[in-house]
Amino acid sequence: MNNASLSQLRGKTAIAGVATFGCGEAPGYSDMDLLANAARRAVADAGLTMNDIDGLCTASVLATMWPMEVVEHLGINARFIDGTMIGGSSFVAHLMPAMLALEAGQCDAVLVCYGSAQRTSTLNRKEVAKARRRMDPQPYEHPYEPILPLSAYALAASRHMHEFGTTRAQLAEVAVSAREWARLNPDAFMRDPLTVDQVLASRMVSDPLTVRDSCLVTDGGGAYVLVRAERARDLPRPPVYVLGSGTAVWHRQISSMPDLTVTAARQSGEQAYAMAGLAAADMDMAQLYDAFTINTLLFLEDLGFCAKGEGGAFVADGHIRPGGSLPVNTNGGGLSWGHPGMYGIFATIEAVRQLRGEAGDRQVAAPATAIVQGNGGTLSSQSTAILGTGDTL
Amino acid sequence: MNDHAVSRPAPAARVYADALAEGQFRIQRCRACGSAIFYPRELCPECGAGELDWFAPSGRGTVHATTTVRRKPEAGGDYNVALIDLEEGPRLMSRVEGIAAEAVRIGLPVQARVAVTEGEGLLLFDAVASNNAGESDHE
Repeated sequence: MNNASLSQLRGKTAIAGVATFGCGEAPGYSDMDLLANAARRAVADAGLTMNDIDGLCTASVLATMWPMEVVEHLGINARFIDGTMIGGSSFVAHLMPAMLALEAGQCDAVLVCYGSAQRTSTLNRKEVAKARRRMDPQPYEHPYEPILPLSAYALAASRHMHEFGTTRAQLAEVAVSAREWARLNPDAFMRDPLTVDQVLASRMVSDPLTVRDSCLVTDGGGAYVLVRAERARDLPRPPVYVLGSGTAVWHRQISSMPDLTVTAARQSGEQAYAMAGLAAADMDMAQLYDAFTINTLLFLEDLGFCAKGEGGAFVADGHIRPGGSLPVNTNGGGLSWGHPGMYGIFATIEAVRQLRGEAGDRQVAAPATAIVQGNGGTLSSQSTAILGTGDTL
Repeated sequence: MNDHAVSRPAPAARVYADALAEGQFRIQRCRACGSAIFYPRELCPECGAGELDWFAPSGRGTVHATTTVRRKPEAGGDYNVALIDLEEGPRLMSRVEGIAAEAVRIGLPVQARVAVTEGEGLLLFDAVASNNAGESDHE
């Protein structure tokens, strides 16, 4: 299928319901408990019942046969199932197969859902990392003991600093901007004031990234429901249309990334923009998967909001703070809102809430469009979604 | 063992690890397109061909990216993790030794060394003394 035919999918489907559950700390809840609660609320938000759900997209960082567990737990009979697991971008990447299935008539309502109890789980994250090294070995990286994924992003940041003169203070500005947004969001996990100096003085983990350059570790469940556009118009919430979608994977390990300063978001973004018939200048906000501060700079560049290498100067000018020219990570992002293991679904949900005008004190003024960038692995998988209100059709 | 196993070549990862355990650093080159390849594979990631030959690279490389992983002194202290560009082209992860972790800079010339411990080889790099370190980053 070429881009011309993909563009025929523009606006043909819409997100009709969203929900989060147990974000922050949810002691006692399992991954599935969080997923199920978010799923039930998202389906209700869409004005549907669980019996209406006949398509499922989901992924887990732990379970290898997760879609079966979700089908069983939710008691659904899914005619369309996508369990693609490409890390944190998965739930953005799920959009395209879900759209194709809806348009083909394979199913009528797709539930995309996720849950993670990684913060309060009794399963220690160090134990998980150890088990993963046995089950999914990376024999050409693990012997050098990088802190994965953090050290991989640190290596990319070191290269960005070397090539473009990006500074630690500019990286810190990303964290500060995220915090400024989080201070407007009562659901954000960290809302205390944060300054560039505080970020610079925080504990260094793997140079040049400090703990404050890194996303939080929180619990949380998230879900959204995708239906065909004509059905969405009969449902209670304002439809948020999918205008563009693109996914690209260029590597798995950071040592195999072709250019540490250019992510596959350049490709996924081009695909999504082409399908939507829109450009960066048309975007009213950007929800960019900020696992680490360097991500935001890379995605601002690769999605065309500034030239390659100018991400640092762009954020230092205050463009992404509340009141700036480009609202970015308006919920506070992975850096300050929260990060339940794989954040892509939460970036998507925030874009939907903003486009519906439900974002309270952090509401962007009358937005019509949003770009969502999902990221997975070590800058490995990139998935872009462009969403819009009815005004964009 | 089935009928074909006799002529079946050993997997590349095994060949690499066995050489490394003998203190030898060997990588592959594609017979079809000439690309030097790391990490060891069963086919060329550039052109898809399956005929790959082993050779000894020069071991000369340049630090492409670097980070100091912070660790408590009682746990062994800070250490370096770097991406090294081999002279022959491939990039790989390793550790630069012989200088302080925080002194490892992008562009630093380095030389490969295989450390063999308890029958297992580990590819490491040493900083090469040079008056123009930092100017050899030919990108």
